[in-house]
Amino acid sequence: MSDKLYKIILFVAALVMPVVCGGVFYALVTDAYEAFDYFGFLNFLTSSEWSYTEGNEQYGALSFITGTLMTTLLALIFCIPLSLPVALFVGEYFKGTKIASVLSTITDLLAGIPSIIYGLWGFYTLRPIMISLNISPQGSGVLTASLVLAIMIVPYAASLSAEFIKMVPTDLKESAYSLGATHAEVIRKVVFPVAGSGIFSSYILAIGRALGETMTVTMLIGNTNNIPNSITSTGNSMASIIANQFGEADGLRLSSLIAIGLILFLITALINMIGKVMIKRARIV
Amino acid sequence: MESVTPMLEFKKTCISYTKQTMAVKYVSAAIEKNTITAIMGPSGCGKSTLLRAVNLMHNLYPNIRVDGEILLNGENILAMEPIDVRRRVGMVFQRPAPFPTMSIYDNVLSGFALNGIKLSKAEKDAIVEHRLRSVSLWDEVKDVLNKKGTFLSGGQQQRLCIARALAMKPDVLLMDEPTSALDPIATKHIEELLLELQKEVTILIVTHNMGQAKRISSKSMFMYLGELVEYGDTEKLFTNPVDERTKAYLTGKMG
Repeated sequence: MSDKLYKIILFVAALVMPVVCGGVFYALVTDAYEAFDYFGFLNFLTSSEWSYTEGNEQYGALSFITGTLMTTLLALIFCIPLSLPVALFVGEYFKGTKIASVLSTITDLLAGIPSIIYGLWGFYTLRPIMISLNISPQGSGVLTASLVLAIMIVPYAASLSAEFIKMVPTDLKESAYSLGATHAEVIRKVVFPVAGSGIFSSYILAIGRALGETMTVTMLIGNTNNIPNSITSTGNSMASIIANQFGEADGLRLSSLIAIGLILFLITALINMIGKVMIKRARIV
Repeated sequence: MESVTPMLEFKKTCISYTKQTMAVKYVSAAIEKNTITAIMGPSGCGKSTLLRAVNLMHNLYPNIRVDGEILLNGENILAMEPIDVRRRVGMVFQRPAPFPTMSIYDNVLSGFALNGIKLSKAEKDAIVEHRLRSVSLWDEVKDVLNKKGTFLSGGQQQRLCIARALAMKPDVLLMDEPTSALDPIATKHIEELLLELQKEVTILIVTHNMGQAKRISSKSMFMYLGELVEYGDTEKLFTNPVDERTKAYLTGKMG
């Protein structure tokens, strides 16, 4: 009897997660419906207009989708040269040593720093540097946001990649050494190929984090509602336009913001799913 | 009898993992060319440790010390570059470990690829066929050369690893319990193969299996607690061991 009760309690508790997920999705879809209905789904996706003059409201998501994808992609590009050496250091070169465990603890610590702090650092330290280097007149913009975003996702990419690098069997590495390979050759021709899909999936998950990052990007991207025409110009991301405008918006504008939220939800879910599937595959090898 | 330089010679070889304890203690033995020498002994006696010293595998782990001399054709390998030594001394491990991301074809050639040696297509084809034939794997895999080696059976994978080691034309082939992960039929296959291969390479094999040592080796070493207790003709060692400890091990009273 108590066993049955236990099962029922667990079942109900477990049911909460799918219900929350479904509820969020349902709420997003119903509230976004007005915007999609008014502008048309495809038109909403491909329009870069964002004007709330009364009587002639025009809203489209393209500027923000572009802003998000640009910052995320750039952050990924900057993140690789920062995180891969850390992963190799911890997972291969200094595997099992004290210095490696200190480094990986610090890396994990970085993952726990609230994004507002990264944002402050970017705003008061990196932005003046960008101005003094004449990279952009106002210091903020896609590039500034991406650089800070890159630093923020390094811990995720590095510690997960390091796990996959550690998993490469010693037998395989010793086999390669026994054929006369150098350490660099073993890394290039054995460690990277074998850990490759795992490393790839770490970056996919890092991208998942960068896509939705709101605070840092809002503080640094410049918040202009246009498609950024270069990496140094200002723009806005999906998360930051919502954060900037949700408080003052109502009616069609609010619905458009929620529609952007729905698109972000779908993109993030898709990226995370791809990452999870790839990790599963990587584990089998 | 004329004196010839032995293919491989241990001279007071000592190996230690920590400052306090020695895993291999003052081993001295000369190994003739084109023979199979078995290294036997209970677990933890230092036999794998000794074997791994021959291609400087211990250099990968900074806390391991190797002292004394190990001569390869009269040259002390402890003073040589690890890469040069490893090209001349191949190794086959306990668990078959073909490179999982490479095809069977590329696995055979992996020694060249890892060393950055460029070969023409014709040379590559010739080496692959020759080596796979010499481990009698060619007929089984000639139609699936571009598939990954991981789909082969354990015995086939191990033969592929032997082919991979042989492709570099080593003088010495080290084998660390190469059949302990294999079934009896695959084991028999590998043993027959080794008897054939000793014509071209000097084989040093660590084995737990006394029957195997008896079947394939001409010389045997018996190690106990890091010491080389007895070394001599396999037949004599099995029928008439000198040392009490060897006798105890062979009769199953120890180990």
